[in-house]
Amino acid sequence: MHVRPGSIIGEPVSLSGKTALKMKKSTFTFLCISILFLLSSCVSVKEYQKNKLNDADMALSSRKAEKNELNFQSYREGASGANGGKTGGGCGCN
Amino acid sequence: MKKICLSVIGIYLLFIQAFGQTKKDSVKQEQTQEPPVYLDKPLQFEEINLVSSYYNQNGDHSAIQGGVGNEKVTDLSNGLEVKFVAADRDGYKYTLTGGLGIDHHTAASSAWVSVTGSSKTGGTRVYPSLHYTEESPTGKTISFGATYSDEYNYHSLGLEAGYGFKVKKGGEFDTKLNVYLDKVRLIYPSELSPYPVVVSSASNGGSSIPSSPRYTFSGSANYLQIINQRLQAGFFMDIAAQAGYLQLPFHRVYFNNGSVHVEDLPAFRFKIPAGIRLNYFVNDRVIIRSYYRYYMDNWGIMAHTANIEIPVKINPFFSIAPYYRYYTQTASQYFAPYKAHTRKDSYYTSNYSYSAFNSSFYGVGIHTAPPNGLWKTTLSSLDVRYGHYGQTTGLNSNVISFVFVWK
Repeated sequence: MHVRPGSIIGEPVSLSGKTALKMKKSTFTFLCISILFLLSSCVSVKEYQKNKLNDADMALSSRKAEKNELNFQSYREGASGANGGKTGGGCGCN
Repeated sequence: MKKICLSVIGIYLLFIQAFGQTKKDSVKQEQTQEPPVYLDKPLQFEEINLVSSYYNQNGDHSAIQGGVGNEKVTDLSNGLEVKFVAADRDGYKYTLTGGLGIDHHTAASSAWVSVTGSSKTGGTRVYPSLHYTEESPTGKTISFGATYSDEYNYHSLGLEAGYGFKVKKGGEFDTKLNVYLDKVRLIYPSELSPYPVVVSSASNGGSSIPSSPRYTFSGSANYLQIINQRLQAGFFMDIAAQAGYLQLPFHRVYFNNGSVHVEDLPAFRFKIPAGIRLNYFVNDRVIIRSYYRYYMDNWGIMAHTANIEIPVKINPFFSIAPYYRYYTQTASQYFAPYKAHTRKDSYYTSNYSYSAFNSSFYGVGIHTAPPNGLWKTTLSSLDVRYGHYGQTTGLNSNVISFVFVWK
């Protein structure tokens, strides 16, 4: 059975180039509009009102305990970065 | 009756007096307030973190054996980080962080670097690091760092520099530049090695095995924004370019005619990941942490990652946080499974990290931080986190991590 490079055995045929590009553009547009809507609704928060935001679980970063999880994911997956870990280099990972 | 009326009028006048301060008065009060006073604070110990993890994995698509074969791996990693902080009377804060990591792994497939299956299956990686950060009273930060990593087949020197500042309405922006100058030791499969020295379980490996360079340049830009008293968001974007020897020399590829070759990938790779975090404080017991990342590169891989975690506070000092992560990627144009590549392919790999697959990663973490330390010691907090990972390629793994913090 001939297997087309880029697919694994039994994988259905992928989307055509134009359809995939349309989906990428619409996903990108949706994300941009969502982000703009989110940022436009910002309010000023005084220091004494930040008790909830300063909770340790509210930190906008990955946890220390995720450090080695990010590491094994960079070896076992093709994607990396934008999560506090490396985007490449520093190890024999992807 | 007169007394009651007078009392009511008196209370009303008191109310008027309490809220009678005009805007001008409050501004004048702020203007006459003393500026904050900073004191010199010499460099002193702040905290020690120890992160220890145990990882085990199983699968059937070892890249060393051309996309087939056992992928059993165990890894024990330990990372120690010590932080020192100083401050001066101008309000500047200085942080110096030193780290040392030691990982030891065993991998069943490593035995098959030698065609007889006699190569050593274990290895140790040591990686020290040093970081310096300076923060001004106005919220501007600059940072510098250096990392080094050493394992038998891979050496890395990393340098980084960063700059950040705060913006109005609760925003923070920071950027970072990273450079990794790596060397890949050219340990080929024994039947394909052009060098006379072959790694075996008895030998120490040859110092005569040459290395090939791999360079990584990346820049990251992050923006954090407070939306309201319960919601904040972060936007993260990296751009990375890699050049040099980007494959691994001990990965085999079998062509459809039965011939065996060393994995061959292009000497340039360009990556763009972009992510967003959204954290919401539902109430005093529940928080929602969410994350989404989109990734694309010029090797044809496009990936989506979505993660949700819900920490639940059982009491102020103990919380449980279940989580779920979903990941999906398309295959690289250079990937094909065992005996699927042909002589016409310019580049070829059978490493299933570059194949199309979905994965799920789920588990739970617990966090405890009693006010007087654990067991009345200087151990101020302990985190334990377990997760199970599974790919549609058949690879599955378990990881458990412990984080100890001493202050």
